[in-house]
Amino acid sequence: MPHRAFFWFILPSALAMLLFIALPIASVILQSVHIEHPKVMTEVETCGPFNCTTELRVDTEATAELRKAQPLGKFIGLETYLNRNHLAFDVLKVQWQERDGFFSFVRGLYNLPFYKALTFTVAYTFIVTPLVILLGFCIAVAVNAIPKILRGSVIFVSLLPMIVTPLIGSLVLFWMVDANGVLGSAIQRLFDDPNLSLKASPFLTWIMLFVYGVWHSAPFAFVVFYAGLQTVPQDTLESAMIDGASRWERIRYVVLPHLAPLVTFVALIQLMDNFRVFEPIVGFNASASATSLSWIIFNDLFGQQQLFGSAAATSMLTILGVCILLMPVLVRTWRQYKVVQ
Amino acid sequence: MTVFKKSLLAGSLLLATLGTAQADGCGIEKGTVSILANDFPALHAVVSGAEACGGGGVEFSKNHNKDHKDIMVAALTSDPSEYTSVVVANSTLVTLMNDGLVRPMDDLVEKHGGSLAKNQLITVDGKVMAVAFMANAQHLFYRSDILEEAGVEVPETYDDVLAAAKAIKDKGLMDYPYIGTFKSGWNLGEEFVNMFMGTGADMFKPGAAELDINNDNGVKTLEMLKSLTEYMNPDYLTFDSNAVQAEWEAGNAALTNLWGSRAGAVLDDEGSTAEVVAGTAFASAPKLGDTPATTLWWDGFSIAANTSDEDAEATFIAMMNGITTEMANANPDEAVWLIEGYTPGEKAIGVAATAQAGAKPYPMLPYIGALHTAAGAEIVEFLQGSEDAATALADMEAAYNAAAKEAGFLK
Amino acid sequence: MENTVQTKQSPLLRLILGAFVIIWIILAAFPFLWTLWGSFKVEADFFSKVDWSFALSGDRTIAETGSAFTGAGYYGAWVQEEFWRAAINTLIVTFFVVIISLTLGTLGGYALSRSSFRYTFWILIAALVFRAMPHMTLVSGYLLPFFEMNVWGILPTTIVVLVAINQPFTLWMLHSFFLNIPKDLDESAMVDGCTRFQAFRHVIIPVMWPGVITTGLFSFLLAYNDFAITSMLLSQDNQTMVPKIGSFLGTTQVQGNVMFAVAAVVSATAPLFILVLLFQRQIVSGLTAGAVKG
Repeated sequence: MPHRAFFWFILPSALAMLLFIALPIASVILQSVHIEHPKVMTEVETCGPFNCTTELRVDTEATAELRKAQPLGKFIGLETYLNRNHLAFDVLKVQWQERDGFFSFVRGLYNLPFYKALTFTVAYTFIVTPLVILLGFCIAVAVNAIPKILRGSVIFVSLLPMIVTPLIGSLVLFWMVDANGVLGSAIQRLFDDPNLSLKASPFLTWIMLFVYGVWHSAPFAFVVFYAGLQTVPQDTLESAMIDGASRWERIRYVVLPHLAPLVTFVALIQLMDNFRVFEPIVGFNASASATSLSWIIFNDLFGQQQLFGSAAATSMLTILGVCILLMPVLVRTWRQYKVVQ
Repeated sequence: MTVFKKSLLAGSLLLATLGTAQADGCGIEKGTVSILANDFPALHAVVSGAEACGGGGVEFSKNHNKDHKDIMVAALTSDPSEYTSVVVANSTLVTLMNDGLVRPMDDLVEKHGGSLAKNQLITVDGKVMAVAFMANAQHLFYRSDILEEAGVEVPETYDDVLAAAKAIKDKGLMDYPYIGTFKSGWNLGEEFVNMFMGTGADMFKPGAAELDINNDNGVKTLEMLKSLTEYMNPDYLTFDSNAVQAEWEAGNAALTNLWGSRAGAVLDDEGSTAEVVAGTAFASAPKLGDTPATTLWWDGFSIAANTSDEDAEATFIAMMNGITTEMANANPDEAVWLIEGYTPGEKAIGVAATAQAGAKPYPMLPYIGALHTAAGAEIVEFLQGSEDAATALADMEAAYNAAAKEAGFLK
Repeated sequence: MENTVQTKQSPLLRLILGAFVIIWIILAAFPFLWTLWGSFKVEADFFSKVDWSFALSGDRTIAETGSAFTGAGYYGAWVQEEFWRAAINTLIVTFFVVIISLTLGTLGGYALSRSSFRYTFWILIAALVFRAMPHMTLVSGYLLPFFEMNVWGILPTTIVVLVAINQPFTLWMLHSFFLNIPKDLDESAMVDGCTRFQAFRHVIIPVMWPGVITTGLFSFLLAYNDFAITSMLLSQDNQTMVPKIGSFLGTTQVQGNVMFAVAAVVSATAPLFILVLLFQRQIVSGLTAGAVKG
């Protein structure tokens, strides 16, 4: 396709992305290398309904003047990326020098908010993604085998975990796994331990979040794979059968290669989405035992003290993380692309 | 203009015509009144009072939003601001004042605020920055029937609370007699601030934004929180006020330090049994040292800085029309009103007793948010038992310092 | 087009697959059915902290309302809180988001699949990186400019933002799909004298529906379920269903109306069910006829 035609075809889509994603990303990068100006504070008397006290107050006029001179704030380079609430290399260096065995170093690492979140995020990504692909594939194969008349309703029911808004979905499940809830007490009976609580132990909380993640995302993989199964070339299958290929061999040599690009696609999207895991942590009130990078961003943006620089830095680190994760897939796509050319 | 468009979009034509009929009562001829507020019944009552002033030449719009604090800074920074008034609390007023987004309203109070009591005025450096109309605090909820059965008095200090919880547990009346809003994050941060207030000490060094919690008072605070968790349901780190109220109404706990604004919902005829409702009683928040370990909160309205004098005046008059004595007495159970002429009911005695016992207000310090966030995240491991109090306090200090530095409070 | 693989399955395998489908259906539907049942109870039964079996027997519901089932949640949500306004807003938002997303995505995806220059690869990679950006950060960046331009709180702004944020995914999916349509189709049309756009209109559009329907399904779900963007960018009057449901849940200080939220969720799912049943053939055959390819 000539450049000109290509340009007009892609323009609306590219414009939308440039304006609403690329531009904000650029401003986020700027924001992450600045901090707010030192606030000018004075002591004043404050009175409320209950008493009067003398407290520090921000002198907004003096601070506003500083801001006028440099509207972005104070330039600090990568300092926000490196401070204690992010990569914390300084702290790590000290901890490494004073370590008392490798285990204590790991514990010290886990005590830092960024690494605590990163641990869960990575664990979630690498456990949930393959399980989603596997489960989605199994459901697709199974649904493909049932009579056609039932398929429509089965597809609808299969989409339910994805359709019901996570806001309520996780609320309902959160109650169900409560020690007094229907699933919670069933699990207690199963393990014969009346004090078992999924919410109290960090380990069980992680498992609970993983299970929810798989349950919630499996429909996506299912729909894509199901669609792919419909396009398996019939003549190849038939000739394979004539050649005496067993069922397993047909799946192994015909169906799976046909679905391979779809697996890449689902893996790509799922790796990305799972790396940004957020809603289940909020829905399950699980932030005591599990935090994620997105959760940290949320906390910085909408906590009582808004920290835009911190949120910007964590966002950039998230993008970096996603790029590293997707590197193998990207390299593969690049090779394919060159072959096509 | 936009406000007008938006009210058209909303199809609030009906409300506008209703408003015209009543507009005379407010004495505003023209101007724009747009209010951003949290989303709960007490504030609905106030804002609908203000809405009655809409119509005629007055353009009225409102936005009740749970997440109002997330949009308020951006909404008031634009000039002219999206809203002429934000209904704030101790914590949110500070956020707005840090950026200079609210205007002093001494002139308006003098002109139109005749009915206000002196204690309703939030003054900073002699200037009125907000008008408070309701109060709130976490205070003791207890089950008188269970305490009686266990043979203990109503606790006055947290040591009493521990003793009472032990007695209840030992008698086999309940497995987890105490319950609290310990969900990690904002709720747990609030528990820390509350408990620290009980020591009577300040959380910051005098005249500076430097933390002063890594000391005996900090350790005492953490130890008490930890002792309480021994009498709590093991899921306590997931309990927000919704969960605490549900557990309470199910009769699963006998002692808690819960928001006064939940008293009405606990005592109503929904969600609970007659036994729990009859047994539930309120008292002042327990003390840790000599001070009740809680913080007093107020809600009030502010006027946006980036708004014209005319609109500011219209908004002030409209809000004054929202916080009348009649409104307060028509909604006695929705809140503990600070409005003159309001007679508090039985559901308000907990907040009143707490204020009388000498509880301190939630500090309106510019950097309190950074501390609150740090506390809510960093003491979790201590409560879970994987680190000691000293480490938790050091972590908190480190997290606070990084945040305060970024926000410009520390160098 | 009967699938030969299926017709020759052994009974045992069919049994195993059938059992698997049933287990999956139970897993997928159980929480929803539980919610449906519970939506006719009072909150004390829905979250029965005393004993979970109350949720089935409706113990507290009988005590509070005199009958084992109550429509109070539905009445509260739809009549008292005017949930229908939110439903209309959702209808508007999802309709336009799906239409605009697909239009832009089809044009862009088609171009990307038909151009062999190196920049197409980099555009696709850039789209992926864009998709990695956490939505919350984007939204908090939009707030101030939107307030200053006076476009905050209205539906069109939210629609445009949702379309933009959804574009990377739509582009990728449709691009993969168009790769599957043989190039000869449109190229021969152009040899016959069509312009590129005419070829697209007359040759590609008629055969692209399966992929578009699948992509549309995901666009629809995104717009329908979004909370992060809609809750921050819409004023109270323009709220869509999900943030409206969020507002039923209460705040730290004050108890919410959880049963309104539960009833609202159930009613929000009902139209989807009817939609799927009505378009069952189109959806299944849409997926069947070709759909995506990576």
